Formats: sequence, C-alpha cells, structure tokens
Amino acid sequence: MDNENNILEVRNLQVNFKTYAGDVKAIRNVSFDLRKGETLAIVGESGSGKSVTTRTIMGLNASNADIASGSIMYKGQDLLKKSEKEMEGIRGQDIAEIFQDPMTSLDPTMKIGRQIAEPLMVHKGMKKDKAWAQALEMMKLVGITDAESRINDYPHQFSGGMRQRIVIAIALINYPEVLIADEPTTALDVTIQAQILNLMKELQDKISTSIIFITHDLGVVAGMADRVAVMYAGKIVEYGTVDEIFYNPKHPYTWGLLSSMPTLDSSGDELPSIPGTPPDLLDPPTGDAFAARNAYALKIDTEQEPPFFKVSDTHYAATWLLHPDAPKVTPPAQIVERQEKYAKMQQALAQAQQTTGPVEEEEEQQ
Amino acid sequence: MDYENAEKILEVKHLKQYFNVGKSDEVHAVDDISFDIYKGETFGLVGESGSGKTTTGRAIIHLYEPTSGEILFDGKNVDSFTSKQEKRDFRQEMQMIFQDPYASLNPRMKVKDIVAEGIDINNLAKDDDDRTKQVEDLLETVGLNKDHSSRYPHEFSGGQRQRIGIARALAVKPKFVIADEPISALDVSIQAQVVNLMKKLQREQGLTYLFIAHDLSMVKYISDRIGVMHYGQMLEIADSDEIYAHPLHDYTKSLLSAVPVPDPEFERARQEIAYDGGQENDGKERHLVEIAPRHWVRAADDEIDMYTQRAHEASLIQD
Repeated sequence: MDNENNILEVRNLQVNFKTYAGDVKAIRNVSFDLRKGETLAIVGESGSGKSVTTRTIMGLNASNADIASGSIMYKGQDLLKKSEKEMEGIRGQDIAEIFQDPMTSLDPTMKIGRQIAEPLMVHKGMKKDKAWAQALEMMKLVGITDAESRINDYPHQFSGGMRQRIVIAIALINYPEVLIADEPTTALDVTIQAQILNLMKELQDKISTSIIFITHDLGVVAGMADRVAVMYAGKIVEYGTVDEIFYNPKHPYTWGLLSSMPTLDSSGDELPSIPGTPPDLLDPPTGDAFAARNAYALKIDTEQEPPFFKVSDTHYAATWLLHPDAPKVTPPAQIVERQEKYAKMQQALAQAQQTTGPVEEEEEQQ
Repeated sequence: MDYENAEKILEVKHLKQYFNVGKSDEVHAVDDISFDIYKGETFGLVGESGSGKTTTGRAIIHLYEPTSGEILFDGKNVDSFTSKQEKRDFRQEMQMIFQDPYASLNPRMKVKDIVAEGIDINNLAKDDDDRTKQVEDLLETVGLNKDHSSRYPHEFSGGQRQRIGIARALAVKPKFVIADEPISALDVSIQAQVVNLMKKLQREQGLTYLFIAHDLSMVKYISDRIGVMHYGQMLEIADSDEIYAHPLHDYTKSLLSAVPVPDPEFERARQEIAYDGGQENDGKERHLVEIAPRHWVRAADDEIDMYTQRAHEASLIQD
C-alpha cells in the first residue's frame, strides 16, 4: 500500500466489455484511494463507469468483462489476483455492498432473520441460534421497530424504507472494513431517504467502516461525502474534498453538473444544461471525452488527453484549462458564486488559524 | 403568471378515487380533493409515493371512473362525454407525457408512426406528405432530427426517447398536458434539457401543464403554483416561491426539510423537521382554507387561527 491511511487503493484500472459490436471501454485508467473511515462519493451520469468500478472491486462483473490492466490493493493484497473462491470469503465479510433496489436485492422466499444471519453463518461458521440473536441486535441497530416479532417476516411485509434498512443490516452484520453503497436511496422518497442517510452516518461512526458512495444526486453527496470523485466516460475527471468540489470546481463537466441542478432558490427561464449526450465507449473519442459537449473546449482537447493538474494537495482535475498556458475563462455564474463563497471560507479559515497559531507554537516549545 | 385575469381551464371538485370498493382492501387513493388550474400556468403536484398524485393525474385524463366528484375541463364535465367524437375531442385537447421513456414507446413502431398515431386517429393530416411534414416539424420542435423518423425507439437514449414522448403528446395540438414524473428516469444533465424544452414549448404554444413529480427542486423550478399531497389529500396549495419560502402546513415543512441541497455547508447545518401523520387522524373535519391570498391550507375550524398566525409571522398577510 502506498499510504497506511488507505484501506483500498485502485490503480490504473481498465475494464472492457466484450460485445458483438466490439469492446466497450467502460473503465479507462481509473485510480483512486479510499481512506480509513472516510466516505468517498463517486458521481457521474449513467454509463460513466461508477457501478462497473465498484463491481470490479467486489469481483461481481458480468462474464464478458475483461480487466485489461490495473490493481486493487486491499490490506496489501491485490483483489484482482484473487480466485472466485477467495473473493467469496471477502465479499460480505471485509467488503460489503448495499444495492440500489431493496425490492430485488432481498430474497422474497426467505425470512428476513435468516437473510440477515446468513453472512454470520457462512463467514464465521456461527450456529443458527447465536447468528439469529445477533441478527436481532442488528435489526434494532438499524431501527426496525418491533424486531422480535418482525424477524420472522418476509420482505414483502415491509415498506421500501424498512426493506432498505434490512439490506443495510445484512451488509453491516459482519462489520465490514469497506462498505459500497450503490445509489442506496435513489428508489426512496425524500423523507425516507433522509432517515436512511442519517442511519448510514450514525452506523459509520459506530462500526468505523469506510464507505464508497455512488450516486448521481449531488444534494446527497454534499451531505454524505468527505471526498468526491467525478467520473465521465470511464474516467475520473476531478477529485477533491467535498468543499473543493462544490465550492471550487475546476473541470467544466463538474461545472455543468452543479449548474444543471436547480437549487431551491434558483429561478429564471433557462436552466443551464449540458448539451448532447455522453460519448459511445465502443469508440471513445481521442483527447478529452467531454470536449464535444464542452462550451469551454480548447483546440488541444480534441487532440490530446488532459493529464491531472494539481489544484491543492487534495484536489486534482483533468482539464487543459488548468495548464499555465491556457486562456483564462469565466465559469458559469452559479459556479462563480460558489467560488466566491469558497474564497470567503478560506479567508475565515486563515484568520482562525492566525489567531490560534501562536498558541500552538508555545505549546510546542514547552 | 397574471392571476387577476386568468381563466380556469381545469376544475377538480371534491374528487374521490377509491379502489376495491366494498372489499376488505378498499383503498382511498384520492379522498375528496379540490383545486383549479389556470390557462397557461404550470401546476406542480408533489408528494411521496402513495400520496395519490399519479392517481389524481389519471383521474383528470379520465383513465379512471371517479368514485365521486367532478372534473370540469373548459367548463365541461369530463364524465359527461358519451359519444365517440366527444371523447376523441377531449383526448385531443388533453395529452399525457409518461414517466418511463422505455416502457411508454412501442418498440415495434417507427418513431414517425409513434408520433403520428394521434394525427392519424384524429384525421389531422390532409395526405401522406402533410403527415410526414407534421412529424418532421414536431421532431425538430423537440430537438430531434427529421432523419430520426424512420428509426425505432431502441436506437435512442433515455433523454431522446422522452423527447419523442413529448413530440407524440404535442402532435394533436393539445391545450393541456399532464406530465407524470417526466424526468425522474433521466440523468441530471439531461433533466435540465427536457425541462428547458417543456418551458420553451409552453411559451411558444401557450400550453398548460400539470407537472407531477417527487423531485421538489425541479418542481419548484418549473411550476407557477404547487399543490402538496399526502395520503390522498391536498394539504397545501400556493405559489411555488411562496410555498418553498414560507410553508404553512407541518407536512410541507417536513417534506422540504428533507430535500438534499448541493451545498455542503447547508447540509452540515441541516435540521430535519419530523412530521407525525397521526395529527390528521383526530376525527376533526378539515378542508382547504385560503389563509393568505392564494395560499390554501387544509385545516380544521379551530386550526385556522394558528395558520393565520403563521402567515402573519411570515408576512404573507398585510394588515
């Protein structure tokens, strides 16, 4: 591992899907870290490769997937080199996943108690009585009321929000080191969504798990994430802390995503939108894949792929606009507002540090 | 919207829509709701799943026989249309855009035949050339290419399919369009495209929309007025800016407090307001009361003072 604070390191991952029409290049050289205890959000449109990335980590890709290169290091071991048998020991034990649709990710013919207890019996060889007792505890932890009697119910007897709580209970029963949540609240109503998100935050503190959170809802990201990675056409185009991505975004695609979401106080006739549709990954364009939809595209964007430019120690963006020779552009109005807010926040932070700075020095001398 | 001189295009009066009537699993999906929609406005209908918003939309376009109550469209009772011609005229004036762009287009029909189906049924084209021209114009209006007309739905992306659905609805030159979650299945960047298109068409053709959705920020953006539904009842109706800035009903407050906002600072400070659904089940008779000008809240007689007080505090009422 490059850094001991990382629980997971993905390096140069490339995944192709073999189809009759040719190879779909779904993941094109993706690298990222997951730090211990953090929530990393991966955002992007459908087809940008968010779910394929996490399915590759879980070893759950479709049979026509071809992992062309890369490594996924977990506790010093490369998950891509593991056999299916070995992955079975890791899935649901070290790395667990919460899926989007609580309707289809539960077995309709199995009592929920058994579904929650199953990972304990499979991975820890626990006896049924003991496993069910722990399942009951977990049901209480995720807020299923009247757990003693409901443990014998079937999934159809629960509402959507309660079902998602059951899915979370199953994923967390073995206290996994890494939890992958793939659009866990997209199918839920806003009030239920708020409950589930609060529950996830609470449980993350209790069992100190690291979360990869996949979603296209930037509002959810703002509330959940410590860091954010923005994906487009099989690549990460920008990553940084949640404040850096929301208040100081640098990639035009991130600008587009942030401005095309109306906030509760936006009004006016025209909502800024990103024109066109994402490129076909059977034959990805040369250069920057976003160039065709990008109002800020430079000539070089169609010729050469932009490398990551450093914005801060934690913030990188792959756009030629950050090159020292690039022309200065003015981002959309909404983004300028966000950047102004960021500048004020930084100022306030610097002032706070100035006033506390000398005190720390004194302590060091002592 | 200028509501002083606005004309009503749709009046819903005490609409009740029950299912499985008389059986043990009788459902009161819509239970005595009343509201009006004015010509040229966008009326947003929001609520959680099971609130009855989709049922309301379907009852308005007469896909259901209402259990009781009246729906007046242009002053005429929708239920009174008996002859084939009357029903056909009604369906021409009122159209629907559906949620799922994958399920709502026949996969075996070419785009031009999907779009022209309404034109054919209503004999709106003089001849084949006219039909082709109308279809091509429609496709262009919704931002598609006339070359697309001989393709099949599976050749299009979700956003493009939704544009086809919009072109089909517009083909018969309707006055009133019900859009039931038209953007929920689309990506964020594509949602903005479709919403902009709908707004543009409204300006150009003077359409009236009933926009049903659960995405509250998008509903506010597109709507002039908004109605909030919960358990088959309409709890609050007001101008969209006002209902978001100054919700009066506890449920509306709770619903709005749960909307995630793409602003980390705001999210860190978020306070959710819980709502106890039991407070409506105390047996008191409630109906919509105009608490502030054009701001209606469902209230019992002894609650009116409380809501009036709230409206005063929010300066919705001038003394």
